[in-house]
Amino acid sequence: MTTVRVRQVQQKGRFGKYGGRYVPETLMPALEELETAYERYGADQEFQAELSDYLEQYCGRPTPLYHARRLTDTLGGARVYIKREDLLHTGAHKINNTLGQVLLAHRMGKRRVIAETGAGQHGVATATAAAMFGLECAVYMGTEDMARQELNVFRMRLLGASVIPVESGTKTLKDAINEAMRDWVTNVRTTFYVIGSVVGPHPYPSMVRDLQSIIGREARAQFLHETGRLPDCLVACVGGGSNAMGLFYPFKDDAGVRMVGVEAGGHGISSGQHAATLVAGAPGVLHGAYSYLLQDSGGQVHATHSVSAGLDYPGVGPEHSYFKDSGRAEYFSVTDQEALEGFRLLARTEGIIPALEPAHAIAYLRILAPTFRADQSIILGLSGRGDKDVQHASRLLAP
Amino acid sequence: MSRIAAVFGKLRSQRRSALIPFVVAGDPDLETSLKIVQALSSEGADLIELGVPFSDPIADGPVNQRAAQRALAAGVSLADILGLVRKARADVHQPIVLLSYYNPILQYGLTRFCGEATSAGVDGVVIPDLPPDESEELMAAARSSGLDVIFLLAPTSTSGRIDAVTERASGFIYCVSLTGVTGVRDRLPDDIRDLVQRIKARTPLPVCVGFGISTPE
Repeated sequence: MTTVRVRQVQQKGRFGKYGGRYVPETLMPALEELETAYERYGADQEFQAELSDYLEQYCGRPTPLYHARRLTDTLGGARVYIKREDLLHTGAHKINNTLGQVLLAHRMGKRRVIAETGAGQHGVATATAAAMFGLECAVYMGTEDMARQELNVFRMRLLGASVIPVESGTKTLKDAINEAMRDWVTNVRTTFYVIGSVVGPHPYPSMVRDLQSIIGREARAQFLHETGRLPDCLVACVGGGSNAMGLFYPFKDDAGVRMVGVEAGGHGISSGQHAATLVAGAPGVLHGAYSYLLQDSGGQVHATHSVSAGLDYPGVGPEHSYFKDSGRAEYFSVTDQEALEGFRLLARTEGIIPALEPAHAIAYLRILAPTFRADQSIILGLSGRGDKDVQHASRLLAP
Repeated sequence: MSRIAAVFGKLRSQRRSALIPFVVAGDPDLETSLKIVQALSSEGADLIELGVPFSDPIADGPVNQRAAQRALAAGVSLADILGLVRKARADVHQPIVLLSYYNPILQYGLTRFCGEATSAGVDGVVIPDLPPDESEELMAAARSSGLDVIFLLAPTSTSGRIDAVTERASGFIYCVSLTGVTGVRDRLPDDIRDLVQRIKARTPLPVCVGFGISTPE
């Protein structure tokens, strides 16, 4: 039995000094309405039972916690376990969130949902949930991302969603969010905005975290059941940060469990062409929240670069900023090249082709795992599978 | 009395509406912007709104987005725009209001911004992504330097939101005429009069209807 519980949101959506609600006044009533609905249905047993049922029967939860023996032997050091979100329906953890939000939209009587997407996984997961509930769906996607994730564009259209190309700014995820927010400002009375990560104005960071926390709750129970103890470390990639937050959050009070987030180092931090927000950014306001941000001294948001469209974003969830400052989690980055090596490493050692996003976490495992003893354990959050990236990676990787 | 209060006082006594033109500062360059501001002033604008370019203007339509991108490509900064206002003050006597997203002001430093803006001759600031709920720090800095913080209200605003805005607003209330991004409309929607009445019932401040057009009130 899987359940999604809602935790009380403290101090108006603030995580320390981060978070908040920096949006046009037009959206304030919609955010208040969403917060009220979320508090009501989050505590509603019938709603939770329905969501759990979809997560089990439709998405395939619980996902396995797999002991990766050959990867462990190859890396040397800690035993590596993999939380297999790549096995979920639609191929990534994103469906945990979109099913919850679309079910909420349905209960709120909204007939239309919109979403932004980078790699296309959140767009596909939103289009999937919208198709299942019979809601109209529009997905905003930067034209650069549409070119590198053609397969997902086709999947969204096949599912009945309209994919709206975004030509403004950097033509990637950041601008897709800008365009989705403009749509929401215009159509706020009829439309529910399904945000894909733990970013945006309150209550999104808390709501998405709660919906994704199923990853960590399952992993914690599975690991305890198998070993009788807790893992020593968790590692996951961080773009906006939803899969990392989903894995980390249920362990946050387990002081002995280290949490490591891995960001996209692109061509290297010193090149300036990367998306390592927590590693190299400074606090600022973007897309409704105060959080770490890649920006210039005048507060203009930087263009980012990553081989992985899903990590190619200059912001990050405000709760990660709080975890960074408080020291509860640590954040590092790996380059595009290292991520591609991680991509190949998991394929060759375990027969699992990961998405390029978690390939960053796999790459960092090569540094992290040898720093632990053989009787210690690390859980890797494998947020998605690599089908969508095979074509793109084949152009970048020598066979 | 502030320049903004004086202008609205005069307009009220003449039973005349305010004409508030908007221009993105630095598009295509600062010299042109200065000439435009001087021309608007001599052609009878009652108040001049000057846009500060931002990389991610979520409340703006394509026309203003492109203007902001051109200004940023020309390397225009907030400090440059304050310099522009300082120069314009040699012959522009109308109130000047900056319209900026929050992050450029936050990175400039709230106290520094309010102080330098006021001494450059800026009378007020409109920040589309800063609702009153998040404005406490800016309000404190603005109050001590005498800068008006102008908030927005929208057709979606509930009475709770109208109260939240009117409690903190100064200068005037910026009433967004439609749900939507900026851009010129052919006509005002019918529910706007009702919204203006609801706002005026709660505040003595002038109410301006905007996002593309400005009308009486």
